[in-house]
Amino acid sequence: MRKPYVVRGLELSKGARAGIVLVSAAVAIGLILFGIFGYLRTYPPTVAATPSPTQPNTVDLTLQVEGAVGTGPHPQWVGWYAKDAAGKWVRTTIWQVPEKTYVHVTVYEYDSGGPLRNPYWGKVLGTQGGVIYLNGKPVSVLDAASGNGVAHTIDAPTLGLNVPVWGVNGNAKNFCQQGPCNPSEAHNVITFTFYSGNHPHEYRWQCFIPCGVGYLMGNGGPMQETGYMGGFIKVVA
Amino acid sequence: MALTQQELEERKAFARTKGWQIFAVWLVLTAIVDYLVWFVWGPHMPPGTMTTSAAAQQFDFKVLAALVVPVLFMVWVYGGFALVNFRARKGEEDEDGIVLFGNRKVQGIWYVASTVLVLGLAVFGTYELIGNHDIGSGSGPSPIWNYSWAKATPQGPYAPGGTTPLVVQVIAQQWRFTYRYPQFGGMETTELYLPTNSRIVFDVTSLDVIHDFWAYQLGVKADANPDVNNIATTETTSQTGRITVRCDELCGIWHGAMYNYGEVIPASQFETWAQTMEAANAQVTKLLPPFALTYTPSYSGAGGGYYPSYDPNGHAVSY
Amino acid sequence: MAVEMSPSAAIVDQRDLEARGLRFAREWFTGNFFTGLVGGAIFYAFGHWLGNFIASGYTVVVNSGQNEVAIYLSLMFGTVGFLAGLGVFNYPIEKLLGWEPTDPPKSKKRTFWEHFTYSTDHKVVGVQYLFVTLLFFLTGGLLALAIRTELLSPTYHIWAADTYIEVVSEHGTIMMAMATSLVLGPFGNYLIPLMIGSKKMAFPRLEATSLWLLVAAYMVIISALWQGGFQSGWTGYAPLSIQGGPGQSDYDVGFALVGLGMIVGSLNMVATVINYRAPGMKWSRLPILVWGLLTTAFTMLLSVPVFADGLYVMGLDRAVRTSMLYAGHGGSSFLWQNLFWFFGHPEVYLMAMPGFAMLMELLPVFARKPVFAYKTSAAGMIGIAALSFFVWQHHLFMSGMNPDMRPLFMLTTELISIPTGFLYLVGMGTLWRAKIRFEVPMLFVLAVFWNFLWGGVTGVFNSDVPVDTLVHGSYFVLSHFHFTIMGQLVFIVLGAIYYYTPLLFGVRMNDKLGKVSFWITFLGFNGTFLPLFMVGLLGQPRRVFEYALRLQHLDQFSSISAYVLGLGILLYVFNLIWSLAVWRTPAGPNPWRSEGLEWQVGYPVPPDNFEEIPVVLRSPYMYGVPDRGPVAELHPSAEQAAVVAGGEE
Repeated sequence: MRKPYVVRGLELSKGARAGIVLVSAAVAIGLILFGIFGYLRTYPPTVAATPSPTQPNTVDLTLQVEGAVGTGPHPQWVGWYAKDAAGKWVRTTIWQVPEKTYVHVTVYEYDSGGPLRNPYWGKVLGTQGGVIYLNGKPVSVLDAASGNGVAHTIDAPTLGLNVPVWGVNGNAKNFCQQGPCNPSEAHNVITFTFYSGNHPHEYRWQCFIPCGVGYLMGNGGPMQETGYMGGFIKVVA
Repeated sequence: MALTQQELEERKAFARTKGWQIFAVWLVLTAIVDYLVWFVWGPHMPPGTMTTSAAAQQFDFKVLAALVVPVLFMVWVYGGFALVNFRARKGEEDEDGIVLFGNRKVQGIWYVASTVLVLGLAVFGTYELIGNHDIGSGSGPSPIWNYSWAKATPQGPYAPGGTTPLVVQVIAQQWRFTYRYPQFGGMETTELYLPTNSRIVFDVTSLDVIHDFWAYQLGVKADANPDVNNIATTETTSQTGRITVRCDELCGIWHGAMYNYGEVIPASQFETWAQTMEAANAQVTKLLPPFALTYTPSYSGAGGGYYPSYDPNGHAVSY
Repeated sequence: MAVEMSPSAAIVDQRDLEARGLRFAREWFTGNFFTGLVGGAIFYAFGHWLGNFIASGYTVVVNSGQNEVAIYLSLMFGTVGFLAGLGVFNYPIEKLLGWEPTDPPKSKKRTFWEHFTYSTDHKVVGVQYLFVTLLFFLTGGLLALAIRTELLSPTYHIWAADTYIEVVSEHGTIMMAMATSLVLGPFGNYLIPLMIGSKKMAFPRLEATSLWLLVAAYMVIISALWQGGFQSGWTGYAPLSIQGGPGQSDYDVGFALVGLGMIVGSLNMVATVINYRAPGMKWSRLPILVWGLLTTAFTMLLSVPVFADGLYVMGLDRAVRTSMLYAGHGGSSFLWQNLFWFFGHPEVYLMAMPGFAMLMELLPVFARKPVFAYKTSAAGMIGIAALSFFVWQHHLFMSGMNPDMRPLFMLTTELISIPTGFLYLVGMGTLWRAKIRFEVPMLFVLAVFWNFLWGGVTGVFNSDVPVDTLVHGSYFVLSHFHFTIMGQLVFIVLGAIYYYTPLLFGVRMNDKLGKVSFWITFLGFNGTFLPLFMVGLLGQPRRVFEYALRLQHLDQFSSISAYVLGLGILLYVFNLIWSLAVWRTPAGPNPWRSEGLEWQVGYPVPPDNFEEIPVVLRSPYMYGVPDRGPVAELHPSAEQAAVVAGGEE
């Protein structure tokens, strides 16, 4: 006769042992699934650009960027908001535009600026006319070492897009301390248009100002997490 | 454990017959596959022949592949033979194999052959590396085997068909490469165009963390270290075509998407492009720091504030 | 009358103690995993508070919102607390107070719950190691499947960019941390005393501590996943690692704990093998597994402290803003690369050597022949260990560091393939005119010969600087090391687990399921990694999530094969767990008819291994030799014990 399996004086039958193994496996699988879908797979939401009411074959994308996002797990980090179709500000860096369309972007810039690590990124690339409109005036190169400096850039390498965004004075009386900000606070308005290309693709974009203050080279923190200083432009069919 | 003379003879005879069988199969397979490797696959081996360094790497790879084929087949042919012939058949499960603790001759041949092969490979590799002037690899700030023209900087002006090399500085930053052409006013672009039939010197450096400039078709690979100038050289041939540049050293979250394309174009076209670009970028070139072999970011004040930053006069800038 | 030959581990009589003015310590608790967690939590909280007290005013902390000093202190204190809660410090504290400490009692038959305690019985520690490393391996494997799923498409992204690189880094770190202890831990600890004829290890408390350090390391490294992870890969290159968030500190401390465990464990291993061999266990009769683990332990002791130093430097740079690894303020990013790879290269041989040793341990049993060229195999391992310290620059051929040294390191790296090649000499010679039995462990052994051949020859490609200019940092290198580490070490361990379950647990795993899981694993493994050689040659770098469209089919084939591989591993693990828990098919005392000394004691292995210290009479590999006699005399008479030397090899 086979010797019974005894645990602390408790005799376990084969069925009981099988049950324990299966239950433990189920618990483990549950934990793994939670880890994957409840945690690792969380993404910032995608905001779709709204079709322009006035221009044909154009969509509008309205964004704002500030020194402290104010919401989410890292309220002190710099970050972007995008305006969705309902007019609400959504904290995300993932935008969706249709292919073969002109994308008209308006950026409300609430953050202070400074010098660029590589001043080359002060040059505007990939926009219609090779310019951006800073508070209404067209510019093609921004000198980050002068004035308020450049606060952020929207650089999508495979789209060939680079847009430096001019900063506000960090000591201004109505400086926006925490997002989401509103136009009564110190800001610059930058507008530009780019063409979304002829086929669907996911283009990554990032900021080129190492604005992770307190991190070596500034490239830690918000620079290294999707949803703050880098994201995707999804061009869909 | 002494073997009788008869047992010794039997073992020798068995080994001789089976040995020749194995050798014959091995020889035929090696000959066929080596032929295929050298002549059929050979011309299409990576990374192609767009530059002298790429062609040299291709040749080196071809030689190694041809040498590795006999080793692979030696193990596979012997292994297959042994597994088929020396298994315990039904009823033999309780039997043991022959008693064989070693064989001086076989071991001796193995030691000598493996040493010769390995030393030969080391010599061959060294010859290829030095003979091909560092074969497109990153060789630090003062390479000793690169072409002599790789060392004297600043270079004179570049002209197609001349002997002065084209100097391209590759600036790696998180997470994009930019290229500066000191011979064209120090202009910086995101596009990499190179002329045919020219000598090229890549000065690879980084502004933040360690990246790696890998231009596949050019056969150039050099780590981009902050505050270090890593020189890689090559010579383009008359072949034109698109080149892929990828970052080859993990540099942060967007490392996987840090790539760009470039092109090798006829030298006269290149000259036109470079001059046009220099003019078009004049406004932004004025904002760039003067061309230098390395750039220390903290001087620009865009250092993240981890360490105190310094202005160009060496005074600390506080955030 | 039998002679008591054990080294002096005798229980001291209470009266002797009193005569000397000492007394036995009161029975303190025998710590277990749960008391360890309690201790760890308490000390973790204290460390965190201390760090905040010290550093919350620093500019860097205020700006980034991240207090590295607090994180490092909390992890270090937490580890100390975890070990204290386990009872690791009971012995030294009792000694300091002048009491004679008692070790936890050894049970006659090992129970399930005993494996959650701080036990100084090397057999318990061996089994604990087995399940801990298995847990590491499965976690790392899941992460690998996450990577391959992302690579099904070059443009559609399953994970966010930071999640992906976090997963890649965790996979590498967990696998490397696990793999170094994969043979030394379970099999070294369980088998070495049995193989050399000893009743115990030299330092049982150190041995147990090395296990619990690995457990602590696992918890620290895994915790990085929900703290944002670390973006630097397992190689931790500075200055990228200095930029990192809290997850990078988990990498730093976690890997340091792994290293500490390795140092502690190898000290024990070296002392045991050198000093605790039974009479008659000459160096020429030593089982190859013991040779391999001895050389591994020596190499560990010499290389790991350098890495610990590097991690310490990284910790200082991250927490208190020194700049040893940052060039802008006088340091150098080359420094980290040197410190890391000086350890990093011996590290991969720390994984390869035990694998080779275990391979050559199993081969003669299933070929029923002596090991061919035994001395060569031992010399090969010593040669690999020695040369492994002279090759590390081959990871840095493209870095621009000392480029004129490259021919030298190319030479040494090529040279190291000579002792590595001895494995094939020994293997092929052992198979000549053998009587091969194709049991499941033998299938794994043969698979290793196939896998390591691919890994080994592609290593020659990597060591050649011109070809390295093409393949460095690409999937070619990745496939090379997966073939050498996973294809060799993991496969042989799967075989060894199958082989040793009768000895460790008295049960046999299911043969049919074993064969099926072997073939699925083997085919899945080759299907995953053979195409990746081509992918690397065609220009795809490592650690990327976007790649050229033309490589998609190869990548998809590899990813689907990875799922097949995962299925094979899952079946194998199911076989193991179900056989242990449910089926429990009893195995005979020596089902493989091995002549190793470890199999002669029968199952269950007595608590003290041997009733009396045996006298070893011959090598365990003399299959086929007529009239060879038993491998050892388990109940030696006084005369036999006195005459120690002599007899044939």
